[in-house]
Amino acid sequence: MDSYIKDRKAEGDEWMPFTGLEESSSLPTGDIYVPLEEWLKSRESLLERNGRLGVALSNTDDPALIKDDLDRLDLVVLEFPKMADGRAFSQARLLRERYGFKGEIRATGDVLYDQLFYMQRCGINGFELRNDQDVSNSLKAFDEMTVTYQPASDEEFPIWRRED
Amino acid sequence: MYQYSEQDHQLLLERVAQFRGQVERRLKGDLSEEEFKHQRLRNGLYLQLHAYMLRVAIPYGLLSSDQMRTLAHIARKYDKGYGHFSTRQNIQYNWPKLEDVPDILDDLAKVEMHAIQTSGNCIRNTTSDPLAGVARDEVEDPRPYCELIRQWSTFHPEFNFLPRKFKIAVSGAIHDRAAVAVHDIGLRLIKNDGGETGFEVLVGGGLGRTPMIGKTIRSFLPKQDMLTYLEAILRVYNQLGRRDNLYKARIKILVHETGEEKFRELVEAEWEKIKTSGLFIRDEDFAWIKGFFKDPEYENLLDQDGNYENLLLSNLDFARWADKNIELHKQSGYRIVYLSLKTAHQPPGDVTADQMDAIADLADKYSLGQIRTTHRQNLVLSDVKLKDLPALWEELAALDLATPNYNHVTDIISCPGLDYCALATARSIPISQAITARFDDYDYVNDLGDVSINISGCINACGHHHVANIGILGVNKKGTEVYQLTLGGSAREDAAIGKIIGPAFEADEIVDAIDKVLSVYLENREDPEETFLTTYRRVGQPLFKERLYG
Ligand code: HEM
Ligand code: SF4
Repeated sequence: MDSYIKDRKAEGDEWMPFTGLEESSSLPTGDIYVPLEEWLKSRESLLERNGRLGVALSNTDDPALIKDDLDRLDLVVLEFPKMADGRAFSQARLLRERYGFKGEIRATGDVLYDQLFYMQRCGINGFELRNDQDVSNSLKAFDEMTVTYQPASDEEFPIWRRED
Repeated sequence: MYQYSEQDHQLLLERVAQFRGQVERRLKGDLSEEEFKHQRLRNGLYLQLHAYMLRVAIPYGLLSSDQMRTLAHIARKYDKGYGHFSTRQNIQYNWPKLEDVPDILDDLAKVEMHAIQTSGNCIRNTTSDPLAGVARDEVEDPRPYCELIRQWSTFHPEFNFLPRKFKIAVSGAIHDRAAVAVHDIGLRLIKNDGGETGFEVLVGGGLGRTPMIGKTIRSFLPKQDMLTYLEAILRVYNQLGRRDNLYKARIKILVHETGEEKFRELVEAEWEKIKTSGLFIRDEDFAWIKGFFKDPEYENLLDQDGNYENLLLSNLDFARWADKNIELHKQSGYRIVYLSLKTAHQPPGDVTADQMDAIADLADKYSLGQIRTTHRQNLVLSDVKLKDLPALWEELAALDLATPNYNHVTDIISCPGLDYCALATARSIPISQAITARFDDYDYVNDLGDVSINISGCINACGHHHVANIGILGVNKKGTEVYQLTLGGSAREDAAIGKIIGPAFEADEIVDAIDKVLSVYLENREDPEETFLTTYRRVGQPLFKERLYG
């Protein structure tokens, strides 16, 4: 997939979405991510595999539901169904700051140029851009602003408490 | 006032460059109108009936004279020579061209101004008491707190795509001049029994089609916890606020549907987890921010002046103005002066570029170079020496800024209505002017005393009609503009939503209806000290109804 950015670089995407473990005869191989429901249902069998694992949250899921699993996960996928729907910004900060998740937090859905800066500040480091977005141009979005006022996943303190 | 650091300047420059890029992408067609809308709205740019409208932020209503001159320059160069001061202490321009907007922002940035978050579903400009720092009834100056909120909320990465717009107001005095009870969050500075400063926190106030008074979810929040608590409220709202229906997306609906008690629990639980985070405000942080809002070097003056007192006796016009538009100052020998933007000649809140320049000069000459904007769409010179009042009055009168009507019947709040607004269902400016023309007799206005009339041109209630003593809402009924009357509202510390009195009036009947309402008050008040609102609350609707419809 071309329209994918990881840690501010255009990357190929190795992850595959997966559902329906109960119906399938064998465990899927490779790096897969599953919806939260699937994870809660089949956690143990999924963990028996060799590949890396991720969980996809819908933007109404409470990230606390996976907080104890985070050290076994390499990816959490968040959704931005519409540009205007900013719920996942809060989920991202909770995952990074409160629950200390170290893996990839990925934005999917209406992931557009003008949100990338905010997403990055909330701890999102994987971006599945919407199809019509230009990847190399989008990389510029991260540096449009260099001054930030408030704490977020990238800064512990507000601007007035930072030592330069 | 707050002075920008190098980083503050840097942020504005980057923001202007970013917006310039967005406009270019839009003009080239790389950005759809729908996607551009989200961007321009975060920068105060609305598409209106005839043109774009640009809303420029005036943080907590405080302007330097140089900033005012820049506002004049923008009105002259990019607009039709005037600007409109809004109920949230901002200024709006009605005629800018899209391609000019980046240049306007450049000019604003030079004087530390911008249009960031003046619209869109994000945290808007924080508003406050126009008498902050000079009022006699002040508990503590709210401006340092407002500035911290401004910085915390500017480009907050988590809260830039909220369910709906989010408005915060802070009051630091006994009397509420900032309408905090009708904001998404209202903060009231208070002292507890131990003499410590903190806030009463109100959440879920708002107007629009479902007007509500904010609920007190915490009666005392220590001041150090202000930002962590705000962050907790916003986080709960961002996650749980409704996004399925535009009209149910404000936090007032969330508080209402969740229940006050449950909502409070959610906020407190979230706050527990972040109250010691980096947003905790330390003593040294307060010391730093309060340093920007120190009292000026006031002169030691007697609270009397022979010239002033003589003119009060010899010049009736001056005496009237002094009676209505001047307020006592905390400092002896100084006064607070209201500049009335309510005349028969201009829409409420409108100021011409020439007036703006002149006001800037007057501020330099008489009032330490600062101007404040008020919730009721007027301006304030906050630090005028008693002995300068006669000279100031003469200059203000020559500028048509000395109508003696502050907080009186012709001090009307009005939204732009159908003359400008794409959402309007009726005109509001002509109604306010008709009322102003009718009540042009000073003695009658004086006799009516403290009373507020607010007008909105549609149910969105930008004109705050719900919280006026006498509210007027313009609606369209089968092709004609008619006007609904609400009585008994208040935006002050006794905040209340007014009640509709009965069927609507035609445009040519509404002024007579107001006249009747006012006569009922005059006939029924216990004494001239009893205000319209007190009388109304005492006697109730029936007498008014009878006179209007009987
Ligand atoms: C002309 C362009 C304008 C448009 C399109 C517009 C649009 C709106 C809308 C849609 C609402 C309702 C929001 C809601 O209930 O969620 C609203 C509320 C409001 N507007 Fe405006 N408005 C305009 C001008 C103004 C002006 C000139 C002022 C100030 C004089 C103003 C101040 C307000 C205030 C104070 C509210 C009430 C906020 C609340 O519900 O708590 N607006 N506006
Ligand atoms: S109240 Fe209605 S008519 Fe008036 S400015 Fe607001 S949206 Fe426009």
